[in-house]
Parts: sequence; C-alpha cells; structure tokens
Amino acid sequence: MNRTHAVVAVTAVVLATVLIGALGLRISRTTSDFYVASRTVRPGLNAAAISGEYLSAASFLGIAGLVLVQGPAMLWYPVGYTAGYLVLLVLVAAPLRRSGAYTLSDFAEARLESRRARRLASLFVVGIGWLYLLPQLQGAGLTLEILTGAPDWVGGLLVALVVTGTVAAGGMRSITFVQAFQYWLKLTALLVPALFLLAAWHGDGAPRARFDAPAVLRDHTVVRVADTVRIGLDAPLTATVTGRVDSAPYTGRTVTLGPGTHHVLAGTTLAFEPGAKLPERMAGGTDPLGWSQPLAGGRDGHQLYATYGLILATFLGTMGLPHVAVRFYTSPHGRAARRTTLVVLGLVGAFYLLPPLYGFLGRVYAPELALTGSADAAVLVLPDRILGGLPGDLLGALLAGGAFAAFLSTASGLTMSVAGVLTQDVLPSRGVRHFRLATLLATAVPLGVGVVASKVPVADAVGLAFAVSASSFCPLLVLGIWWRRLTPPGAMAGLLLGGGSALAAVMATRAGLAPGGWPHTLMAWPAVWSVPLGFLTMVLVSLATPRRIPPGTPALLARLHLPEEITGAVPAQETRPDAPSEVRR
Amino acid sequence: MSEHHPPRRPRRETVTYASAHGAAGAPGPAGRPPAHPPARSEIDEQTTLGHTYVRSLMRSQLRAALTALGALALLVGSLPLVLALPAPEALVWLALGVGVHPVVWGIAHWYVRRAERNERDFTGLVER
Repeated sequence: MNRTHAVVAVTAVVLATVLIGALGLRISRTTSDFYVASRTVRPGLNAAAISGEYLSAASFLGIAGLVLVQGPAMLWYPVGYTAGYLVLLVLVAAPLRRSGAYTLSDFAEARLESRRARRLASLFVVGIGWLYLLPQLQGAGLTLEILTGAPDWVGGLLVALVVTGTVAAGGMRSITFVQAFQYWLKLTALLVPALFLLAAWHGDGAPRARFDAPAVLRDHTVVRVADTVRIGLDAPLTATVTGRVDSAPYTGRTVTLGPGTHHVLAGTTLAFEPGAKLPERMAGGTDPLGWSQPLAGGRDGHQLYATYGLILATFLGTMGLPHVAVRFYTSPHGRAARRTTLVVLGLVGAFYLLPPLYGFLGRVYAPELALTGSADAAVLVLPDRILGGLPGDLLGALLAGGAFAAFLSTASGLTMSVAGVLTQDVLPSRGVRHFRLATLLATAVPLGVGVVASKVPVADAVGLAFAVSASSFCPLLVLGIWWRRLTPPGAMAGLLLGGGSALAAVMATRAGLAPGGWPHTLMAWPAVWSVPLGFLTMVLVSLATPRRIPPGTPALLARLHLPEEITGAVPAQETRPDAPSEVRR
Repeated sequence: MSEHHPPRRPRRETVTYASAHGAAGAPGPAGRPPAHPPARSEIDEQTTLGHTYVRSLMRSQLRAALTALGALALLVGSLPLVLALPAPEALVWLALGVGVHPVVWGIAHWYVRRAERNERDFTGLVER
C-alpha cells in the first residue's frame, strides 16, 4: 500500500478540522456563544452535527471488524446505535431541551434541587466520557499504525492534540460546523469506496462469504500475530512458521499442526498457501476477542442473553451519553429538538447501511485479519486488497481520512462535554480560561490509560460505555422527566447501584476476573440486570423518602412538558420575522 | 418502562371545564382576550387545576411514547427470538442490515407527528 496518499488524506482532514475550528473562533464572542452556540443552531445543521459526532471509530471501523470476525449477528451493534436515538426521541428529547440545562449534571441539579446529586451525576458524565474516549484514541492509533507504521500511541496523541486545540479555541459553535462537515465527509468516505469495491466484487464473480465455517484463504497469505493467541483446528494445517508455536521455536520452517488447540506466541509469522483453511481464534481468559463472542453464538442461551444485553445497553444507553445529551441544548425549542432527532435517525440509519458491506467483503478478501487481532483495520485495507494499484491507494486514502474524521468528531464532542463538567463541578472557579485547562485534562487521562490498558475491539469497548450509561442516566432521565415522586436520595442510590454495578461488572470482566460460563456472560453483558436494578433502586428509595420530593417538582415538570408557546420560554431569536418559516421546516 | 403514573384523575372533566370556560369567557372568533386566558393563568399560577392540565398533557405524551416503544419492542425487540430459529443467513443480513432502519424511522416519524398534535391540541385547549 502506498502510504503517501493516506498521509495526505489524514493531514487534509486534520487541517480542515483546525481551519473550520478557527473560523468558529472568530464567530464565537460571548461566553454563551462559546458553550452552546447560543441555542440557535438549526435542525438541519444540528442533525448533521449530532450524527457527525455520534458516528465514532466504533461505527466507521469497529462494526466491519466485528462482522468480519463473528458474522452478521454483530449487526445488532448498528441497529442498537440507531434505535437508541428512537428511545431518546420518544422519552427524553423535547423535555431535555426544555429543561434548559446544558449538561446531564445541570439536569440532575435542576430536577432534584440537590448539589450532591449534581456532583454524583458529574462523576458519571466524566467516567462515561472517558470510557468512550479511550477506544477513539486507540482506534486512531491503530489507523495511523496501519497507514504509516508509526507506533500505536502516535495516532491517539495526534487526535488528542487536535481535539484539545479545537475545543479549547472555538467551543461549541465551531464544533457544530466541524461536526456537520465531518458527517458528510464520513458518509462520502465510506460510500464512494463501497461502490467501487462492490463493482470489483461483482466483476470477481461475486464470491460468497461463509460465517459458519472457517474462512478459506484466496491467496498466499502471510499473517503476523500481534498478541499471543490460541487457535483451534479441526483438521491438520500446514503453514510456514517463523516464531513460536506451542512454545517450540521455528525459523521459516514448514510445519503441519495437528487438530486441537495451539498457542501462537506474539510476534510469530505464519505463511499460508492459497486454499488453506484459516484457523479459528479461540477466546480465553483475558483475550479481548472473547468479549463479544457469546453474541455470535454457539452455546445455547448465552447468545440470546448477550443479544438482549447489547440491545438494552444501546437502546437505553444512547440518551445518557454525555456528548449526545449536550447536543439537545443547541436546539431552539423542544419541537425543534424532536425534529432534529428525526433527521438524525435518517442520517445515522443511512450511514449504517455501509459498514456491514465492509464486514462482508472483509470476510471474503481479508479473513486473516481475524487472526491478527486487527480486524478493526478491515475497512482500511480492503481497497488495496480488492483493487490494488492507484485506485486502491486513492480509495484507501479516502477511507483513512474518513476514519480520522470519525475519531476527531466523536473525541471532540466527548472532550467538549467532559471538559464542560470538569469546569463547572471539579475545578475551583469557572470561566473560559478554566474551560481550556479542563479540556486538556479531559483528553490527557484517556490518552494515558490507553497506553497501559489492553486493547479491546473498538465497537466492544464503546459497548461498555453504553452499558454504564443505560444503567445510570437512563433511569435518572426517564424517571426525572415522567415521574413526580423522584427524590434526590432515590436518584443517587439508583445512579450508584445501577451504574456502579454495571461499571464494576464490566471492569472485572476486562481485567479477566470473571469466572467462565454463565458468570462471565452475565458480567460481560450487564445491562439485562443492571438497568432494572437502577430503575428499581431509584423507585424504591424514592418511595421510601417521600418527604424529600423537591418542592419545585410540579413547576419543573410543567416546564419540561408544556410547549414553549405556553411557558413563554421561546428565545428572543425566535421572534424575528424570518424565524417561523425556519421553525416549520 | 416508566408506567409509574401519578394517581389517576378524571381527565375528561378537565376538558369539559376548559371548553365550558372558553365558551363562558366568550372571546369572539377573531379576538383573543388581552390578558392570559383563564386556563393558561391556572397553569401559570400553579393551581391544582393548572397541575391537572399539565398532567393531562403528560399522560397523552407518555401514551404516545409508550406506543412507540411498544412498536419498537414488537418489531425490533422480537428479532433475536425470530432469528434464533433456523433461518437462512441472508435473512439475518437483510433484517438487521437494511430492514430495521426504515422501521425505526417510521416509528419515529409517527411519534413526532403524534407528539406535536398532542401539543397543538393542548395549546388550542388552554389558549381558547
């Protein structure tokens, strides 16, 4: 693969982001401008920005990678990422906007009239934000490593620097433009190569991918195993090995491995002849691949449970993601917030038609990525694999640019909201200068953790953030908006027990502490039990503390649900003569 | 999900009261009263009656939301069970890769129209 084109594409995306950010800097003058774009962002622009921000590395690279390794059952990820917006739309969108709060912490304080509830919510915002930022930075590292051979921390550092710079300099207004631009860039970057690749696949006789049997290699393939893996064979396999297999050293010898389980040590190179059956990678202990494996099937019961765990986490978790929630405050009123969400559903749904195609083509043309542990790279290497030559390079460059747009947009949205919360609730005094310091803190922590943490496929890692969000903020938002008897002690107990247990389960699984079998499945997919736990705790503790119902509850609920025409909360900009046509779009 | 309704109140009475009130106040078809209409000031002043108005709107909005969620659970949430049956792989691809998205958008579209109609009806009720 010619690297020059890809480097040029990545540089162009980074420069464009910085430039548009700089333009925003000139526009944003007041503090209110800086934070929420003064709440005048229009539905079309705002929807593109929300979608741009939402479609992260997990969507751009991760889904295709998971589909390649584990088959179409992984399509529940994009389905969940989309349907999450529907749940958010019907339960939360308009009231959240009408609450007039900016972050989820603001919502908690406004609804519960409690500073302590606010601080607890802030902790969760920061925690979920960091959980979500981590895979973005790791994905950037992987992309740059594949494109240029740079060490895997370079990409993460680059994204962190650009994001910190843009967010600290321009605030939300510039971010809105950057995000909207990046949605269209990501869509184009995935759509155009997909058309060429599909044409080439069709011209190739439209080979089918099989997911229920080991993939068959089409060409002579050399695989370098990055991390130690266990492989399972049901028939003898011949390969030329350099490195260590089953603790025996080889140097370029042709070896026939018998049926059974084999250990391939990190750094070992395996060369296969055309027509060889690719060995299946087996999950074990801390092997990150083991994460989503129950989803793909086999063991009865586990698969269904894991699928519902994923469905609950993504359907209910979207509303509590810090960078998603912040976006609703930029709509001028509740009705616009709903219509914006509807447009978002269209844009996001259209985008998600594409990653599965890459997963399918990856299984046909680059199945060995499943073995190397870099299946997330499938999207990036396919043009070179299928087309080759200059067209392959150019399309590969386009995809690399799109992938970087994905890291940058999601990372900046997350940084923006994490930094907002840090400024208001953690750092001593407020003001735009502290916001810049908070921005630095918001990116530095996940960057540092990323260097030491073990790598999990990006789509899976993002799934963890969803599970925590679904068990903490989903109950808080839904009960806060629709139930009059919620009390601060109830909300805080629910946040701690629901969100805390989901976080603990997920962390324990990542650390390899979960025993095998059902305990592992239950802990790896906590949402099925942790979401009801969060709801139940909030309800029961609230019912037990009826005297603590905040006195302003009726007035606040009225504000959340009444249309702005009645509450008179329509911002001044709305009364301009040109406003109605815009609103009734 | 959040079926924790506030204690039920006779909703129809609210409507009757408002319509009767609107008729008694007798603003002409063209003329709105200069001050806040009665129902609206009840809301503004947070009287018991005002809260009843808000509750009735909340209940109709919650009903719309739960209907949409029910449709989602029925059409999408049941898919893992359906796909767990021996199904051709192409069906999985088609259902999850393509089919789900228009369904989700359709539900969303229905909900937005319904929620806006609820709000319009409510505004018409209290502003009259």
